[in-house]
Amino acid sequence: MEFGLSQEQVMLQASVERFLADQGGLARTRKFIGEGETRAHDVLEGLAGLGVMGLIIPEAFGGVGLSFLDAAVVSEALGRFVTPAPYVGTAVLAPLALMRAGSEAQKTEWLPKLAAGDLVAGVAISEVTGARSDAGVRLKDGKLFGTALFVIDFEADIFIVADGDGGLHLVAADAPGLTRTSLKTIDGTRPTGEVTFDGVSTEVLAASNPAVLRDLIDVGRVMFAADILGAAQDMLDQAVAYSKERKQFERAIATFQAVKHMCAEMVAALEPCRAMVWYAAYALDALPAEASVTACHAKAHLSEVGTFVARRSTEVHGGMGFTDLVGLHYWFKRIGFDRQILGGPQTVREDAARLQGFTR
Amino acid sequence: MDLSYSPEHEAFRRETVTFIEANKHLAPRPGGPSPLAWQALLIEKGYAARTIPKAYGGYGAEPDILKSRIIAEEFAKAQISPGMGGQGISMLVPTLLEMGTEEQKTQFIGPTLRGEMLWCQGYSEPNAGSDLASLATKGELVGDEWVINGQKIWTSTAHLAHWMFCLVRTEPEAAKHEGISFLLFSMDTPGIEIRPLVDMTGAANFNEVFFTDVRVPKDQIVGKRGQGWQVANSILRHERGSLADPNTMLSRVNALADMMATETLDGRPVMDNPIYRDRLMQIQGRVLAMRCNDLRLLSSAVNKQNPGVAAMVVKLQGTELRHELEALAIDVLGELGLLYGDTPRLRGHGSWQRDYMYFLGLIIGGGTSQIQKNIIAERGLGMPRESKLASA
Repeated sequence: MEFGLSQEQVMLQASVERFLADQGGLARTRKFIGEGETRAHDVLEGLAGLGVMGLIIPEAFGGVGLSFLDAAVVSEALGRFVTPAPYVGTAVLAPLALMRAGSEAQKTEWLPKLAAGDLVAGVAISEVTGARSDAGVRLKDGKLFGTALFVIDFEADIFIVADGDGGLHLVAADAPGLTRTSLKTIDGTRPTGEVTFDGVSTEVLAASNPAVLRDLIDVGRVMFAADILGAAQDMLDQAVAYSKERKQFERAIATFQAVKHMCAEMVAALEPCRAMVWYAAYALDALPAEASVTACHAKAHLSEVGTFVARRSTEVHGGMGFTDLVGLHYWFKRIGFDRQILGGPQTVREDAARLQGFTR
Repeated sequence: MDLSYSPEHEAFRRETVTFIEANKHLAPRPGGPSPLAWQALLIEKGYAARTIPKAYGGYGAEPDILKSRIIAEEFAKAQISPGMGGQGISMLVPTLLEMGTEEQKTQFIGPTLRGEMLWCQGYSEPNAGSDLASLATKGELVGDEWVINGQKIWTSTAHLAHWMFCLVRTEPEAAKHEGISFLLFSMDTPGIEIRPLVDMTGAANFNEVFFTDVRVPKDQIVGKRGQGWQVANSILRHERGSLADPNTMLSRVNALADMMATETLDGRPVMDNPIYRDRLMQIQGRVLAMRCNDLRLLSSAVNKQNPGVAAMVVKLQGTELRHELEALAIDVLGELGLLYGDTPRLRGHGSWQRDYMYFLGLIIGGGTSQIQKNIIAERGLGMPRESKLASA
């Protein structure tokens, strides 16, 4: 019985965080957004050097062959540093789709490139978790038609696309008939957009089926939950540090109970989330019977707690929290993105209810 | 991360289940076998007082947190009594083991474990609640006796207890945390008056206890004069976590889900209403987070790691969450949720209303939510204490 991170996982997270700090942290993120970069090559290269881009890819295909808990630990670090790097799509979901549903030839061709960080893979599965009008992709006579919104890791070289029947497809970004339209969201750290298919030829992932797609959704939700954990923890840390520095009425505002209680409420809500993310990530590998429900709950609960922490941390900072000068809003918006992508809390909880047979 | 149990622990679980199967007919129930005989059997077989030394009346096993957890889980699953509890066993015994004299251990631990000696805790006073250390009940050494005068309040089971462990101010000149002593005395001592305090659930589990010239032998003190605050604090920590067990909450969520599937509103199960259903899922998610946190704490204890702030948040989060869980059940029942006491159409034996109110009591008792937040902020996050009042 050992509930927690291994020594290796602690070290993995520390090495990723050290790299992200060396990279400039918030300053690097500001530059990415300010200069309208679409791909942070230096960050991507560094992460690949640490093995992050091939974390869950088997060694036989150039990866490290680690678990989803390892992937979640990295996701948390990226959230903490509001890192503008492709990760959930490129390093987790696209490799997973290929590993579960791809042919040997497809794995051999694509996985080593993903592991090396030579390739960014967008993942278009948002329609599966709640399609908006005018969106959705369908397969007709072997070709893809329709529109996928809010593609994860949108600035990509290839896309993994879900059709309406649970099939998964691999499509090159420059395939004829494929149009990309960038969508500007609050979260500048995650370039996103929509992809329109007008009779695009595809490379089907032969073993794909609704169960594989379900796995992608579960894993994606846990990764975004972990991202929230990191981002919210950093906002809390910033609030506590600021409250100890900031003086009003001749004393640090941290001595006031109103401020203390805001911070205590944040940590009281957030600390159990850490164990929840660990458990949900572990369940993806080890507890298949619980994995989907746990993933839903982790995503929904972290979204609620993350939103709460984002607001309260900003309030602890007073007027400065509202400014670009302090830059708290990068975390605030990152959490906002994580909350909505792959289903907002109500949608995801309804999914949890359905999985337990509570709906009919 | 590895949530599996070792072969030794798996075997222990099987042993426990076998014991329960073979002996559950002996478990106490109204009109059935007595709790004292059951307690004796559990101690003999190592399912109660497991790690208390044999010399003091326990079973004498090496501490093994996982085995204790397995016992608790299996007895809960079988819904039979895991033996006697109460403040004597859960609080006084560990305190005596740590701070008591050899004579005190021999005299008190055995009968307490066997259920022959019931205890109550005399801590809170009308003017010493959250600020417990300001307590004013006076103990004066006159000859070979402490003479006690004052009043306690919120004293659970004082009307049933044989003895009290009590915090008394014995050094009026000392600073407030250094003037308190931890005394033990029989509730039969002349000068003790008990008045029941009816709470909002309608029960009278609490009491007020008045002391008028209560005479206690000088040696019935645990630790030294003026050390009572440290003695008490070592076990207060013990009390807090136990108020909000996430496994109990999980079974309450399951019972609530069952109820939502069977109770109807306008001819349809309440579960079909998406608003109630979402509220259930919110609660379930929060309970799941606390259960994961609990597994983390268990693992920290087994591996002798300091869980830090993860342990400090349990009382605050757990009691508030349980209160909200019970509140949802009442909303699910609508007007039926108002029923209480011996009445037709009552649901869940009235447990939803009772626990809803009872857990408001627990949000306050054992250190209020607001005091918990101060502790979390100051000890967990390193935020500074409030500036002292100029007069203090």
